[in-house]
Amino acid sequence: MKKLESTLPNMVIVLTSVTLISAALLGVMQQLTKEPIAQIERQTLENGIKKVMLGGQDGELTVTSTDTVEKDNSTFIIYTAEQGGKHLGKAVKTTVTGFSPGLTVLTGFDPEGNILGYEILATAETPGLGAKAGQWFQKGEKGDIIGKNPGANNLTVSKDGGEVDAITASTITSRAFLKAIGMEYEVLNDDVTEASTSATAKAELGDEK
Amino acid sequence: MNNLKVIINGIIKENPALVLLLGMCPTLGTTTSAINGMGMGLATMVVLMCSNTVISLIKRLIPDMVRIPSFIVIIATFVTVLEMLMKAYVPALYASLGLFIPLIVVNCIVLGRAESFAAKNTPLASFCDGIGSGLGFTLALTVLGAIREILGSGMVFGISLWGEEYGILAFVLAPGAFIALAYLIVIVNKLTKKA
Repeated sequence: MKKLESTLPNMVIVLTSVTLISAALLGVMQQLTKEPIAQIERQTLENGIKKVMLGGQDGELTVTSTDTVEKDNSTFIIYTAEQGGKHLGKAVKTTVTGFSPGLTVLTGFDPEGNILGYEILATAETPGLGAKAGQWFQKGEKGDIIGKNPGANNLTVSKDGGEVDAITASTITSRAFLKAIGMEYEVLNDDVTEASTSATAKAELGDEK
Repeated sequence: MNNLKVIINGIIKENPALVLLLGMCPTLGTTTSAINGMGMGLATMVVLMCSNTVISLIKRLIPDMVRIPSFIVIIATFVTVLEMLMKAYVPALYASLGLFIPLIVVNCIVLGRAESFAAKNTPLASFCDGIGSGLGFTLALTVLGAIREILGSGMVFGISLWGEEYGILAFVLAPGAFIALAYLIVIVNKLTKKA
């Protein structure tokens, strides 16, 4: 068979058919993978919430409500967790930019605002450096933040006068991570105050800036 | 046996990363660890095999003047399909490579092999070329990743060899990638070129 000539009708027909077939294939694939992808995302989040609220212990919990809060151009998703009718506290999820964009942190707070646990849900930080954040700040590790309260403790890196040891050679990631936790705590506090007196909460928010 | 020669050619004589110096962006960017390098190499290999075969099959149907856009559409389709499949079935690998997967589209190896090999050869030979070039790329990335992982964090494939505190930080970061790649190319040149 001879190769098709580069005439205008030929080129139009070929390019159109190539793109049409590609689009059809992509559509089919999208349909096929939609369900598994959604399921994996749900699973990751569920496990994450369980981990940060129960501090690594086994057990069942129920998420009674999910709220979305927008603040300072960031989106915060708040999950209220309950175990056997007992209010456990809230888990907050947000995404900040560390050394690379897309550092998603899920943190569990008890009703007093103490940190119960945290989990990095998504990260593009450097392996061997910033990517260590998933371990570094856990209980018993060098940068342990579990059980601390962002309202009472100064949760910034020691270089900035805070009380948390930054990951060796990854101050930027550490700062971003702690900023995410601080913002989550703030949002949670706003959320509580806003429910009672929304006017004061707004004023306080203005003062903080 | 000709096809076997094509495969070996892609791994050694025309190794995309170490001899042709194609696809330097993912080579430098994803090789922070051996496993990342290997994952990226294998993902590229799958795309290469599919795109090479398809392009070779329809090469006579594509007029010369629109061949580049057609190739790019075909390659982009395969990459997107691969991305969705990885997201659905190997989420762990997707999580560590996610950012670099869409970049396979603009990886010059894929378009380069389509243009210089698949557009002139039979589908079977092109498929073999995809395997060869892909394996060559995978091998180069795995070795580079392993070197950087060993020197940078004292580990290889996640197994600790000695304490992390003896790691040379530069090798985890971009400068180490350039240095390690350069020495790797020196070694390959020394071994393959006679005097």
